[in-house]
Amino acid sequence: MTWSATAPGAHQPDNTAFTQQRLPAWQPLLSASIALPLFFCAGLAFIGLGLGLFYSSNGIKELEYDYTGNPGTGNCSACALADQGRAPPLRCSCAWYFSLPELFPGPVYLYYELTNFYQNNRRYGVSRDDSQLSGLPSALRHPANECAPYQRSATGLPIAPCGAIANSLFNDTFSLWHQRRPGEPYVEVPLDRTGIAWWTDCHVKFRNPPLVNGSLALAFHGTAPPPNWHRPVYELSPDPNNTGFINQDFVVWMRTAALPTFRKLYARIRQGNYSAGLPRGAYLVNITYNYPVRAFGGHKLLVFSNISWMGGKNPFLGIAYLVVGSLCILMGFVMLVVYIRYQDQNDEEE
Amino acid sequence: RDHCRNLQWEVESFVPLIALVFFYLQNNTIKTSRYNVFNFLPLNLFEQFQRLANAYFLVLLFLQLIPQISSLAWYTTVIPLMVVLSITAVKDAIDDMVKWLPGPLADILLLSSSEPYSLTYIETAELDGPEITEPGLFLLNFSSGKVTCESPNNKLDKFTGILTYKGKDFTLDHDKLLLRGCIIRNTDWCYGLLVFLFHLGPDTKLMQNCGKSTFKRTHMDHLLNVLVVWIFLFLGSMCFILAIGHGIWENKKGYYFQNYLPWKEYVPSSAVSAILVFWSYFIILNTMVPISLYVSVEIIRLGNSCYINWDRKMFYAPKNSPAQARTTTLNEELGQVKYVFSDKTGTLTQNIMVFNKCSINGMFYGMHAATKKFVLTSVFQETEKVDFSYNKLADPKFSFYDKTLVEAVKKGDRWVHLFFLSLSLCHTVMSEEKVEGKLVYQAQSPDEGALVTAARNFGFVFRYRTSETIAVVEMGETRVYQLLAILDFNNVRKRMSIVGRTPEDRVMLFCKGADTILCQLLHPSCRFLRDVTMEHLDDFAIEGLRTLMVAYRELDNSFFQAWSKKHSEACLSLENREHKMSSVYEEIEKDMMLLGATAIEDKLQDGVPETVATLNKAQIKMWVLTGDKQETAVNIAYACNIFEEEMDGMFIVEGKNNETVLQELRDKMKPESLLESDPVNIYLTSKPQMLRIPEEVPNGNYGLIINGCSLAYALEGNLELELVRTACMCKGVICCRMTPLQKAQVVEMVKRYKKVVTLAIGDGANDVSMIKAAHIGVGISGQEGMQAMLNSDYAFSQFRYLQRLLLVHGRWSYNRMCKFLSYFFYKNFAFTLVHFWYAFFSGFSAQTVYDTWFITFYNLVYTSLPVLGLSLFDQDVNETWSLRFPELYEPGQHNLYFNKKEFVKCLVHGIYSSFILFFIPMGTIYNSVRSDGKEISDYQSFSLIVQTSLLWVVTMQIALETTYWTMISHIFTWGSLGFYFCILFFLYSDGLCLMFPNVFQFLGVARNTLNLPQMWLSIVLSVILCILPVIGYQFLKPLFWPVNVDKIMDRIHLSTKLPLPPPTRTKLKYASCRHSAYAFSHKQGFGALITSGKILRSRVSKKNSFLFKK
Repeated sequence: MTWSATAPGAHQPDNTAFTQQRLPAWQPLLSASIALPLFFCAGLAFIGLGLGLFYSSNGIKELEYDYTGNPGTGNCSACALADQGRAPPLRCSCAWYFSLPELFPGPVYLYYELTNFYQNNRRYGVSRDDSQLSGLPSALRHPANECAPYQRSATGLPIAPCGAIANSLFNDTFSLWHQRRPGEPYVEVPLDRTGIAWWTDCHVKFRNPPLVNGSLALAFHGTAPPPNWHRPVYELSPDPNNTGFINQDFVVWMRTAALPTFRKLYARIRQGNYSAGLPRGAYLVNITYNYPVRAFGGHKLLVFSNISWMGGKNPFLGIAYLVVGSLCILMGFVMLVVYIRYQDQNDEEE
Repeated sequence: RDHCRNLQWEVESFVPLIALVFFYLQNNTIKTSRYNVFNFLPLNLFEQFQRLANAYFLVLLFLQLIPQISSLAWYTTVIPLMVVLSITAVKDAIDDMVKWLPGPLADILLLSSSEPYSLTYIETAELDGPEITEPGLFLLNFSSGKVTCESPNNKLDKFTGILTYKGKDFTLDHDKLLLRGCIIRNTDWCYGLLVFLFHLGPDTKLMQNCGKSTFKRTHMDHLLNVLVVWIFLFLGSMCFILAIGHGIWENKKGYYFQNYLPWKEYVPSSAVSAILVFWSYFIILNTMVPISLYVSVEIIRLGNSCYINWDRKMFYAPKNSPAQARTTTLNEELGQVKYVFSDKTGTLTQNIMVFNKCSINGMFYGMHAATKKFVLTSVFQETEKVDFSYNKLADPKFSFYDKTLVEAVKKGDRWVHLFFLSLSLCHTVMSEEKVEGKLVYQAQSPDEGALVTAARNFGFVFRYRTSETIAVVEMGETRVYQLLAILDFNNVRKRMSIVGRTPEDRVMLFCKGADTILCQLLHPSCRFLRDVTMEHLDDFAIEGLRTLMVAYRELDNSFFQAWSKKHSEACLSLENREHKMSSVYEEIEKDMMLLGATAIEDKLQDGVPETVATLNKAQIKMWVLTGDKQETAVNIAYACNIFEEEMDGMFIVEGKNNETVLQELRDKMKPESLLESDPVNIYLTSKPQMLRIPEEVPNGNYGLIINGCSLAYALEGNLELELVRTACMCKGVICCRMTPLQKAQVVEMVKRYKKVVTLAIGDGANDVSMIKAAHIGVGISGQEGMQAMLNSDYAFSQFRYLQRLLLVHGRWSYNRMCKFLSYFFYKNFAFTLVHFWYAFFSGFSAQTVYDTWFITFYNLVYTSLPVLGLSLFDQDVNETWSLRFPELYEPGQHNLYFNKKEFVKCLVHGIYSSFILFFIPMGTIYNSVRSDGKEISDYQSFSLIVQTSLLWVVTMQIALETTYWTMISHIFTWGSLGFYFCILFFLYSDGLCLMFPNVFQFLGVARNTLNLPQMWLSIVLSVILCILPVIGYQFLKPLFWPVNVDKIMDRIHLSTKLPLPPPTRTKLKYASCRHSAYAFSHKQGFGALITSGKILRSRVSKKNSFLFKK
């Protein structure tokens, strides 16, 4: 503990910028010449951006139809009325007639929208087994506990796909018919049901289990479909590249929504005469009404929409940018006034 | 039960004490370390989990393992907890390794020594002012015996015991005890018996006096504990609100949603579900209580302590000793100090007395203050030292700068000769001459040593003394004076005299003493000389020198014979001896002829007055607590600027009449404080349990001097409160004649009543108690051993480093800690409270907003480095400005930068940010799609947007807080953000997600979402909305609510642009008017020892034989 025993200077600390806290540094200062222009520039930039966003969002066309079938709201009421118990009647169908006075510019996308549907409920969100969905054979036979009570069927078979999310798969179907001129027959508009899910989802994340003897059905042998389903998972679509866990409707459904009101892409309209959009004329959407929502006060909507460079119709960002931009400029003026008055005061004091 | 201590010994042959102690050290190192290799892990873990925060996270972990309520994966808690525990464990292990203290010393019962009569020269300067030698017990041939003595206690000046030796009992008293901390001087060997061993518990008297050694916690620690409790309550109420919301939701919606999401079988009703979800939210919102807070605080303090160790400007080259931060837990408190309690000797002063000037027969010798300053500022040391080569016996270390005095001596000026003769005769110094011509003086006080040494160098060498003679070599010629009487010093007399017979058979009396006393005893004929000398004394006093007047009287032989008779009668009288003696003394000490005056410089340490002035400017109050005498203490107080001449009044509290004095004092300082209507009085009466005395402003500068025994009365009676109120209004307070315990009591008193941060600084063992009692203890590693240093929190070699420790390191540490805490709480609130808003849209189902891995890494990886960088490198102003504007220190004293109010601000800011961070992304993704028509309103994309916005916001926020952007800050801040994106792509990569599909579920989200314009627009919007209001607030705050510091900062910023004005030197003022600067640090009763010859006989014989041989 005594220092004197050693050579002089032996314990002198190192003379480095770091140890002496003299590291070269940039010392910015929040002065009026920085703060005030910052506010004005930010304000102007935001207003500019906001205008752009607002107009591009406004330019997007949307057509909505609520087909929940609450009494007196259209011809889906019959199906909805039949759906008083929990199990809906099979293949009840209804229709939505509408006409377009002018071209609905394409590409047009068909969405279904659900409200009051809590896909973001924690218990709902965890009720899935991603191992199973990634095609792991062991997980196919032994679904994760999180899937309960949709882990095993009443007979004890493992459910594939397991869990509440899969069980509640949206199963209304739509077909779109077009009548060019009054009196002409309705022509079915081709709906592209592929390419509606994220590429990473249906090509990487979701995978079917390895085929057994070249058959997907055999691969799923020994599993049960979720109780709400009317057919097993490997029969979701006749297209072998769009069935099983990689069925795009299923994949879209499994990407749970963040909010209780959400839209999911049903189909893209981009084939044949309809690649440029929906031409004017009368239209009919034939709805197969399977999915009960009235029990919990939910709504089902059909939405036709086109998109712009920044996606679908959403005025929020445009308005928010305009408001924030204006606030910035307002604030900038307030600060300017205060600053000038303060300067005067200082001068007086001196 | 047995309060006595029995010690028996049986020894064949005795080893010298030094060897004994050495042996003792070898075998009895005190093991204060807690751990060994085997018990480290369990013991350390056990200790760590005793900390509330860690225990909380352990409980949380168990909660998470219950599947019914688990809302977060277990690893979100386990990984951070493991990291925190292991960092703390490593730090504990390192701390522990350092704690192998050097061995103890004990109180020693002195048995015999090499010196005649077994006297031992001891320096107990540490204990109660400098003094030397204590007579020991002498037992020469001992081999067995028994000691019965009192049980350990803290009374330094009392010891009772009985030594049974060869069937005889000897009483033991405190003279025979060497206390721990004494230094044995000029004694070849001694034997002793260890009585109170430190090893057996802190039994030694000194340790008993040291006060309890408690683990010091800072105010910030206490505040943090309170805040953590607040956070708990806030957390609980939020969980409660959300649980109720959940109950309502399950009732209204969840119940009907069972077609798609059936209730669990163990949930019979929505109420049960609500109870479960309460705990689920408890788990989710746990990040409100920041797990890494405590460990981060410790790392920051460690870093800031290292800066102290590394500081070259606190390195003292002559002793090769750097400053040491011995505690790494108190740093920010250094920025909050309000009261400094300082020891005097060795702390403010160097404890070196230098004969500096004198006035002989009306002539002034030595440099004038003005010339001295001139010399110092112009060509350094132009004036040469006086050459003493004509005198072979001169002390080479002595230096003097006025040649005229030597010339006067050489010329044979009668008065000068007489002056130095009196100095070489009138003292109680002992000399030792082991090698011919090399004299070593044993002085009772350093003052006296300085005077005798001065006389020696000018050619009046005190060579040796016997009980009856004093031999002086006068200009090379040895003359032996007969010592007739020593009229000893005491506090009332304030002088000492000797009567001697010259070889020419003249009887002379030489006297030295305080000017105030001596000038009344002078012969009327020297009135003119007295006036001149008094003027010189004034000059001396102005420079803060310690002065003594010297006078002589030639006595008539018959007069002396008559007096001598009276004197011996008085000596032998049994009743009222003291009084009789002093009246006898007075008879002879009159009509003296004035010779002159001496001025001794009690050398202050370098830079002490400047440091005190700087600390004063920083509103730090300085109290001097010293064991020394009032006069010397006051002298030093003036010299170091603690007292100033312009003060409006100075009060001395002596004796038991404290109350009246205090009343009087207060009446003068702040008359209204005695009225019942005074707000402070009302406050104090309304709150009898007494929490805190508010700051009171007196109407001027006052000084208070209080001595130890009055203080004891004040502390025993109910005057404590009055004393504190009065003393704290004074500019400077001097407490003298203090015992170590009293020093601690004073510190405790201020701590208790003022609730401000106190710092004690000292160098000796007698300061240990106050060093331990104060919030911060600083040890000066000086001459007086290592006691103070070993018990201190910070140690360095020079008092002047204190200003750097406080104003630079302390201020930075405090500012950094405050910035750290504000930011840390803010970032966790902003992070956690988003869950709260999401609850309203997710059915209160305890759904998290973020990916679990983000929650795991947020505190640990993504945001830890920027905030560490901030709190290790940030400087609002550099050290030069900190020292130049001590006013910048003030906010720390009032704890303005982080307190409960600031915490609430953080909370509100956090709530606002979390609101923005939730609703902006929500609005962005609501029913929104990408430009290819695919959805982005899925939960995982939403998580990604929110967490990325959050990270941008907190990064921008810290960028805003950072005022000092070093390269490291850039790397930490922007690197962390970049690192986040790297980790993101790794966590969301195909390989990892496919390997563990159930753990890493966010496959491809980064790729799909980060290229969306909406996402970036939303992030920009969130950042602007979170940051611009803060900028606006920071801009407007100094305009609307300007504080002193803002103005200083403005000035600093202005002057960094313009060229620097030359720094204004702190003007040093010396006392401008007269106060007696007399100094005598003697202990009474030494004269008797000399005349009785007890000390000297054997030495004389030795010397005689030596002479004979010659």
